[in-house]
Amino acid sequence: MKYRVTTATRTSRVAGLVTLAVLVFVALAPQWGTRADLRLIVEFCYFLALAQMWNLLAGYAGLVSVGQQAFVGLGGYGLFVFTIYLGVSPLMAMLLSGIAAAIFALPTAFVVFRLRGAYFAIGTWVVAEVYRLSFAQVSALGGGSGKSLPISVIRSIADSRAEREVLIFYVGLAVAVFATGIVYWILRSRHGLALTAIRDSEPASESLGVNNFNAKLVIYVIAAAVTGFVGALIFIQKLRISPDAAFALTDWTAYVIFIVVIGGIGRIEGPIIGTIVFFVLQEFLAELGTWYLMILGIMAVVIMLKAPQGLWGLVADRFGIQFFPVQRRLHVEATRDKEA
Amino acid sequence: MQWVDTVIQGVLLGGLYALFATGLSLIFGVMRLVNIAHGDLIVVASFAALAVAEGFGMHPLITLLAVVPLMFGLGYVLQRGILNLTLGKDILPPLLVTFGLSIIIQNGLLEVFTADSQKLKAGAIETMSLQIFGGISVGVLPVITFVAAVLVIAGLQLLFFRTMLGSAFRATSDDPDTARLMGIDNRHVFALAMAVSLAVVALAGVLLGVRTNFDPSIGPGRLLYAFEAVIIGGLGSLWGTLAGGVILGVAQSIGARIDPGLQILAGHIAFLIILIVRPRGLFPRAVD
Repeated sequence: MKYRVTTATRTSRVAGLVTLAVLVFVALAPQWGTRADLRLIVEFCYFLALAQMWNLLAGYAGLVSVGQQAFVGLGGYGLFVFTIYLGVSPLMAMLLSGIAAAIFALPTAFVVFRLRGAYFAIGTWVVAEVYRLSFAQVSALGGGSGKSLPISVIRSIADSRAEREVLIFYVGLAVAVFATGIVYWILRSRHGLALTAIRDSEPASESLGVNNFNAKLVIYVIAAAVTGFVGALIFIQKLRISPDAAFALTDWTAYVIFIVVIGGIGRIEGPIIGTIVFFVLQEFLAELGTWYLMILGIMAVVIMLKAPQGLWGLVADRFGIQFFPVQRRLHVEATRDKEA
Repeated sequence: MQWVDTVIQGVLLGGLYALFATGLSLIFGVMRLVNIAHGDLIVVASFAALAVAEGFGMHPLITLLAVVPLMFGLGYVLQRGILNLTLGKDILPPLLVTFGLSIIIQNGLLEVFTADSQKLKAGAIETMSLQIFGGISVGVLPVITFVAAVLVIAGLQLLFFRTMLGSAFRATSDDPDTARLMGIDNRHVFALAMAVSLAVVALAGVLLGVRTNFDPSIGPGRLLYAFEAVIIGGLGSLWGTLAGGVILGVAQSIGARIDPGLQILAGHIAFLIILIVRPRGLFPRAVD
């Protein structure tokens, strides 16, 4: 008997083409868009990348972190340290910042992995606070009031302002695609199967030979690396960093959690839908200030209570579609010999 | 002598942290719920006391007569109306719903009371102090706070081990399904646990407001102190929570003595060290 295991479906092939078309259109934005458009797309990209990483942690590996701002901040400060004090070129510094965040993730995991469930969540938050308060003590990086990127470093990104903005735009687009792609790739790999097993039952997966601790650690470190890179991207766009901005719970974790919950946790499409909803709401409600955050919070609470699968989950379950399928389907084919 | 003084002040500060933590410890013990909005509810109590004190010209400590029942009722309604819906095997719903509540409360307070820093004015008692040995003096208010923490924890111990309600709390904690078979209405028991938790939060909020300035953004910080005290003391042990609060308070006041910028950092680092050395805390009772 022959068998094949497939994950692709007709919908996913169509979705792949649609995604490609949208990507090409967006990638041409420097031709058709204004500077404000480019900036908005970069913001969209980094929120999408952060949301994909948080979803990978919480939705697939069961690691509900409220401390991802730790890695945004480390990445952001990494950019400043590598460019100002080590003279590394900005693009290289962004890559190194991601690697640095991953290295910091190891001792962080050593501490927070001792806590389970909700206690893990608050533990990650404490560690993020430790990083924030520690950076506030480093006077070379501006202490509590922060530091701006020197003109010489800004010039070294690219000569003119327009070129810089286009470069940052493409880096942003690349990281969003990369973050989505790596989640898809992990979930379709052996590692993804292990994660699904852990999510469904930790003791059962352990008994089947999955090393739960290692599987989670790998995911935690990958998420830290990408989140750190995004942090560097955010602060190369902002050009100024301070501990409160770099390690901001609301900006880098609360918004991201709302995005994933609203879009649909534990689904690759969820962060994409959530980020779109987030930016649409922002367009209409941002001037409401505090009410905007309250509305987001209320939406997330209502969705968690009434439709925990999120907006995309409602659509997908209703129509049975998946744009990025990760389920494995078994096709059994009788061999010719037996038929004969 | 200066260091003795620092430690004593830290112990008294720990009383306040123990009050922050007791409510958190209590609801975790009864229903394994970690309430991320806990710190923001402390701040709600402070603002409620402010509104009552200014509205009726009352002394802040007298407002407890109004704020405690108010928070008790709020706790019951919150648990019955929202949080009971989130309880189950999956840890995500309670976590994310209370996280959402935290953001809603912070911004709600910001809308109503603005971002201005506030303080409950308690008059002469704020500055009164007692001379103890060696020229060290302690504030009357911190002493009251510490005594209140001890009394609250002793009272909760009596509630847990000497009353019918306490039996119901422990029974639902041990095995919610069997408790229901015995005729206990879990939803009601959980709501009462949250009500008691927020009654303690009310006391903590008022004492916080008398001790220092507060504004709508300080809730998460208070949550972290409460959480650290619970973990240091060990899950499920109320006296452990008091010890955890004291250790945190002492660590912070030693940090502050070295450099004012290190106060909070020193507390967090003490917590992380204890987590590494004793992952289950100093006096663990519950198995989670």
